[in-house]
Formats: sequence, structure tokens, C-alpha cells
Amino acid sequence: MQEKSRGLALFTFLVFLFLLGPLLIISITSFEGGNILKFPPEEFSFRWYENIFKVKMFFITFKTSIFVSLAGNLLALLLGIPAAYALSRYDFRGKNVLNLIFVSPILIPGIVLGFALLRYVVVAYEFSIYTSLFIGHTIIMLPFVVRVISSSLSNFDFSIEEAAQSLGLSKVGAFFKVVLPNIKSGIIAAVMIAFLESFNNVDISVFMTGPGVSTLPIQMLTYVENYFDPTIAAISVLLMIITAIFMFMVERLMGLSYFTKR
Amino acid sequence: MSKKYIYLLLLPGVLFLTIFMLVPIFMTMGTTFFREDGFTVEGYLQFFKDPYFMGILFTTLRVSVITTIISIFLGFPVAYFVSKMGPRKKAFLLLLTIFPLLTSPVVRSFSWMIIIGKNGVLNNILTGIGLIEEPLSILYTPTAIIIGLVHLFLPLIIITLVGVMENIEPDLLTAAESLGASKLGVFAKVVVPLCVPGLVIGSILVFVGSFTAYTTPALLGGKQRVISTFLYQNAITLNDWQVASIVAVIMIVVTVLVISLMNVLAKKLNPRG
Repeated sequence: MQEKSRGLALFTFLVFLFLLGPLLIISITSFEGGNILKFPPEEFSFRWYENIFKVKMFFITFKTSIFVSLAGNLLALLLGIPAAYALSRYDFRGKNVLNLIFVSPILIPGIVLGFALLRYVVVAYEFSIYTSLFIGHTIIMLPFVVRVISSSLSNFDFSIEEAAQSLGLSKVGAFFKVVLPNIKSGIIAAVMIAFLESFNNVDISVFMTGPGVSTLPIQMLTYVENYFDPTIAAISVLLMIITAIFMFMVERLMGLSYFTKR
Repeated sequence: MSKKYIYLLLLPGVLFLTIFMLVPIFMTMGTTFFREDGFTVEGYLQFFKDPYFMGILFTTLRVSVITTIISIFLGFPVAYFVSKMGPRKKAFLLLLTIFPLLTSPVVRSFSWMIIIGKNGVLNNILTGIGLIEEPLSILYTPTAIIIGLVHLFLPLIIITLVGVMENIEPDLLTAAESLGASKLGVFAKVVVPLCVPGLVIGSILVFVGSFTAYTTPALLGGKQRVISTFLYQNAITLNDWQVASIVAVIMIVVTVLVISLMNVLAKKLNPRG
């Protein structure tokens, strides 16, 4: 019996090696001193981290990515919080259909959504690339916002809201003074998860590039097609650090169960 | 509370998604069935007669099926191991699983380019220890896409199954053991059947994810096209929106079919009824 558990432990170790090894290797190669990506690196240096700041497009697209993710996040919250509240607080006709509409951006293949947006929003309405990116990213963030805030609301005791109303607060007043403060951590978690989803998005952004306008992941893809130096490895390390910080914050706010629940 | 008020809360979001998502999607679907002379399925007929496209569709399906099978094979035992751990070790292992899941797909695909490339880590090690003479060409093949996709979706299978396995009452396992079942017997006869719904959900996520993934095949597949990179190529490089729309509809249909089929299957196979 001991043998079998040890076998299982070894198997688990190897699978984790498969999952995390590549990320470790990319981190190590980012410190390469030479011109070519090599593992292990021949000499140690930070020169490729410096190179990130020398390639102007990385900085420009980074700013675009941040802008699109933050602005889209804000709109997704404005649209998503009332929807999540209605969906988790009340029972009404058509609830299942409305639920489905709010999760559908996850179900529709990203590349299909990106193409449809290009054809019927960018081209048809002649929106600018920025506006189109903003709309597209709001769409993909909405399901995450609605899902995280709904799960936060499902832990909220609505009798507190009713008590506040019976004590004289208006419906709207009770929402802002009682409900909203109680789901604060859920909202912060929703913002972070939606941000990562948007910031890492390729499928939609890949259809929305123009002269000098693009998001960071798309710029990284273009760069890899032309150069194979450790700059992308260096950016990857920075992105992984951001990811890790966000993950720990979501874990603090929502607990691990947020990730394991399906 | 009046019902109108509830719908008013949902209206902005629904309106936004309708205008910018549902209408564009349905318009894309509609254009593939209508030409100057009315309703037609000619576009689709031409498509399914074209061996080049059928090759891409078949490769994509094959890659997705293999990815799903490997992910389950690797993920199931790991999920079992993780779910048996104490709370602190379990939390630690779950964080190690979630981290790659949240990491950018560009970063993850790029890391595999470093490993399986012609002068990559793997070839350096294998030629270094003299196991092979010529470097293996894995990068830019369907195998590379499968490796990248398994890496992408394995965490999803693991955390889904851990969630399901946590819900199995430990008493059930103790009961089975005290009735004479071996540890392996408990695993095969109690744990596995109870995990079927989780396995089905996990398989849907991995299959649909693999079938529609863009970044991984774009970086690791090279000239080897899959359906998503084929759609992009037609939409952007070749500017053939008619073909791109037909591919989009095929992707939606396959996705919806797989999800519905698996849902029916999950209901039938659920031992809890």
C-alpha cells in the first residue's frame, strides 16, 4: 500500500514539474547575457529587462492594455453589479435565459467573437480601434464580474437589507449603504479576475490592431515572429509576478474555493 | 418589489451584450446562408468537399481529443492525490495549479518554444546525454500543439476534479474498505464513478477549449493550421470573410453540439441520479 502512495506522489510530482518547469525555465533564460535564448544561460545579466524599455512598442501597447482593461472593467462593473444583484436576489420569468446571456461570452469561441466584432462593430459602425478594444474587452469581462459578484451575494444575508429598509432607508440607499459595503471584497476580487482575463486576452485583441495600436499580448506575438531573443522571457517574468500578486489577493478575498467551484 | 424594477437592473447589460455580441454573432451566421439569390447552403457544401479544409478540421478534432484524453489521464490521479492532502498542503498544491492557469497563454506557449525548439532545452539534454544524434523536430507539429494545450488545460481538469472529490464523503470510502475492498478497488469502484459528472464537465472544458484555442496553435503550430488559425488567416491575411464566417459557424455548431451531448451524458451517468 505504501508503495502505491509513493508511486502516486511521484506521479503528482512529475505532473507539477510539467506544469511549472516551463515557467521556471523561461524565468531563468530571461537573465541570459548573450544574444540568443539559451538554457542554461551562459552569463548573467539584466540587459533584456532593460531592452523591454528600449522597444517603444512594448511601452505603448502596455499602456493600451492597462487602459482597455481598466476602462472595460469599470463598464463591466456598472453593467454587471446590477445584473448580478437581480439574478441572485430575485426569482422571475426568463431568469435562465438572462443567466445564459450573461455567461455566453465565455461559451462563444473567442476567435469567433473577435471576428464577429471586427465585421459588425469595427467595420460596420466604424468605431476606432480603441473603442472597439474597449467594447470587446468589456464583453469578455462581464461574465467574470457577474459570476464572482453573484457568488459573493449568495453569502449575503438579504434580511439585513430588509431591516435597513424598514428602518427608513430607501431601496437605493439600502443597496449603497448596506449591500455594497458587504460585498466589497467580492467586487475587488471580480475586478482582479476580470483584469487578468482582459489583460491576457489574445483571441479578441488579435482582430483589433491598427497602425501603432495593439495590446501587449499581441505585440508579444508579433515580436516572437520576428525576433527570438530573451526580451519576451523578461516580459514574461514581469507578467508572472503581476499574476502571482493578483492570485494571492483573490485567494485572500474569496478563498481558494472560488477557483475550484464549477 | 415590482417586476419592472428587476428587469430595469438587467436591461443595460443585456442591451450591451445584444448590440455588441449577439447581433454580430447572428449576423455572421446569417450571411453564410444568404446570397444575392436567396437562401443557400452552397458555401457549406463546397467546404465539406474541400480536402484541405477537411484536413484542418480533422487535425483540430484529433488534437482536441488527444489533448482531452491525456489531460484526464494525467489530471485524475493528481486530483486524487491533492484531494487526500491535509488542508495546508492542499491549499499550497492548489495555488501551484491555479498559478499557471492564470498566467498568460502567450507566456506559456512561448516557454514551450524554448523547450521543444530545434536548439531547445529538450534537444540539448537529449543530444547531450547521447540519447539521440539528430535534434528532434517537435516544434511546429501537431504534437507541439498537443503539448501546449495539455499544459494549458491540465490545471482546469485538476481543480475541477479536486472540487468534485472533496464532496465525496470519507465515510463512503471507509465503508467500502471495511467491507473488504482494496485501496485500488475503492478508487476504481467508488471514487471513479462518483467523479463521472466532474470528468464530463472537465472533458467539455478541455475539448471545447482545445478546439477553439488560438494562441497555442498560432505559436507552436507554425504552418500547421487548426480551425481557429484558419479562421484568422481567412479573416485577416486573405480577407475572405465568407470563408471565415463559415468556419465561425462550424466552430459554434461543434461547440454547442459537444456541450449539449456531454450534458445529456452527464445526467445519464450520474450515479447519484
